[in-house]
Amino acid sequence: MLDILQTIIPIALFYSAPLILTALGGVFSERSGVVNIGLEGLMVMGAFVGIVFNLTFADVFGDATPWISILVAMVIGAIFSIIHAVASVTFRADQVVSGVAINFLALGLGVFLTKQWYGKGQTDMVSEPFYSTNIPFLSDIPIIGPIFFQKVYLTSYLAIIVAVIAWYVLYKTPFGLRLRSVGEHPMAADTNGINVYSMRYIAVIISGALGGLGGSVFALTIASNFSQSTIVGQGFMSLAAVIFGKWHPLGAMGAALFFGLAQSLSVISTSIPVLQEVPSIYLTIAPYVLTILALAGFIGRAEAPKANGQPYIKGSR
Amino acid sequence: MFSNRMFNILVPIISVFLGLVAGAIIMLGFGYNPIRGYIALIDGAFGNAYFTGETIRRVTPYILTGLAVAFAFRAGLFNIGAEGQVIVGWLAAVWVGSSMEAPMIIHLPLAILAAAVAGGLWGFVPGILKAKLGVHEVIITIMMNYIALFLTNHLIRNVLTETKDTTDRVLESASLASNWIMEITSFSRLHWGLLIALAAAVIMWFLLEKTTTGYELRSVGYNRHASEYAGMKVGKNIVLAMVISGGFAGLAGAMEGLGTFGYMPTHSSFTNIGFDGIAVALLGGNAAFGTVIAAFLFGVLKEGSLNMPTEAGVPSELVEIVIALIIFFVASSYIIRWALLSLKKEGK
Repeated sequence: MLDILQTIIPIALFYSAPLILTALGGVFSERSGVVNIGLEGLMVMGAFVGIVFNLTFADVFGDATPWISILVAMVIGAIFSIIHAVASVTFRADQVVSGVAINFLALGLGVFLTKQWYGKGQTDMVSEPFYSTNIPFLSDIPIIGPIFFQKVYLTSYLAIIVAVIAWYVLYKTPFGLRLRSVGEHPMAADTNGINVYSMRYIAVIISGALGGLGGSVFALTIASNFSQSTIVGQGFMSLAAVIFGKWHPLGAMGAALFFGLAQSLSVISTSIPVLQEVPSIYLTIAPYVLTILALAGFIGRAEAPKANGQPYIKGSR
Repeated sequence: MFSNRMFNILVPIISVFLGLVAGAIIMLGFGYNPIRGYIALIDGAFGNAYFTGETIRRVTPYILTGLAVAFAFRAGLFNIGAEGQVIVGWLAAVWVGSSMEAPMIIHLPLAILAAAVAGGLWGFVPGILKAKLGVHEVIITIMMNYIALFLTNHLIRNVLTETKDTTDRVLESASLASNWIMEITSFSRLHWGLLIALAAAVIMWFLLEKTTTGYELRSVGYNRHASEYAGMKVGKNIVLAMVISGGFAGLAGAMEGLGTFGYMPTHSSFTNIGFDGIAVALLGGNAAFGTVIAAFLFGVLKEGSLNMPTEAGVPSELVEIVIALIIFFVASSYIIRWALLSLKKEGK
């Protein structure tokens, strides 16, 4: 049993880290009332920037390269998401449509530039990806140590820490209260002197930063290069985690961990006796079927933030 | 003043124009000749009979997935699941087309119908969950896409064949391909499916605009609560909208299975026909004929882009960027309206 946990948990953490980060981005954006279907595109952008920066500057920064890469990907992701903010907040665009456009644009731009710079459809493999490590002291604790802290990726814990910070910011600070109020009832918030537009801009930019972070973490832990098929649906899974987690940072983290766990089951089924008997197709589709069952069964009606998806027009009632 | 109708026509046209201009600026920025780039694109789409045939072939499923997404939109639903519905439709059509024998007059309609039913079934699940339990259709359709992808791969490998990566070819009696069309288009993969796609557009227009059912669907799309108050069954309409939408997308799968390819390979990732349908529907203003025109535009851009690397050295992904920008401009129609109106005022 201990062996099984020791195999499953690090892999589950490994798969869920990018989903957690991106889903948190989605929570920020949607809590402020801006639907973000563009998470997929933000991840693509993050993955692209993370890989290109890593390839270009691996000689300069050495071991610190992956960390600096994800920071740069965060910044570019934030800048990229301003397009979505301008379209959906200032231009009052349909937010779903704008998000779809973000997805197309990120992939087009990423692959276009890859071909431009590398002369082929995919980049080389990076020389400085993230490696798994044992966390000092914690990995020596009996039982818990081997399960949670040996051969893990630090990015997994980064994701969990960011989730807790996101919860604190959204639920325990005046800023978070304002952000949520803008998503529930923008007119009431406006009457109280909160600038609806700037709050929404900030929220979308945060989602861009976290989406970029998620994408680059995926690229530098799981994929190791960038091509058209690096990010295929992880952003949509993160979106699912946002809704599954009922637009709550810790809920979204839980949902993302669940997806990661479900994915890891099909990866490691060969080494676990009970699962060897199960035809692989059941394990492959398990995360998706379980999500549907969970939503239909015990999660039920998930209530989105009230003003989610509606542009705010000052002075209209 | 501009009428609303005129805006609805002007906005997409201006958006396409702006998108192409932006594409030209990007080409200039990277040191390409934009005129050569766009000539290569047009050559690639219509340069000879083969290219023209391939362009129309590509348009065919776009019309159907565009209609699928547009139909759901009109009832206030967002069907991201067209992708999965295409995949199950494709498999169902090929399954019926390759595993039974019958005269063409029965076999072909049956294979096409199987695709529509499979797609409709894939749309029914999110529809019924939305209607009965209020579960968000976006998340369910996303999940259904993955299930479709993995399930069809599994069925192709283990049920339709013995561990092979493609199904058998569909029989002659269930094929949409035609020697005559192939000959006049220098052996492109163009097939009769275009007629089915155009017929589907007419059916959608008639259903939405001319029947009571269509009126109810649109009413539910405008205002769910008002429709319920007026005595319409909102739940029934949601399920119906998703089933019909899924049926259209399933037909797009039949176009690939019975027409373009004549078989189904296993897919390592999505076909993107369904996802592109979202863009087609948006540009087409979610109306039947708008969708057909938008599908043609996208088909031309996508097919023509394949010629850009060879003839002008421009990576074909430029067109993806152009398409994304067109969608942005359509989405931001508010600002285009505002600009048009202020131009009009200054002119007075």
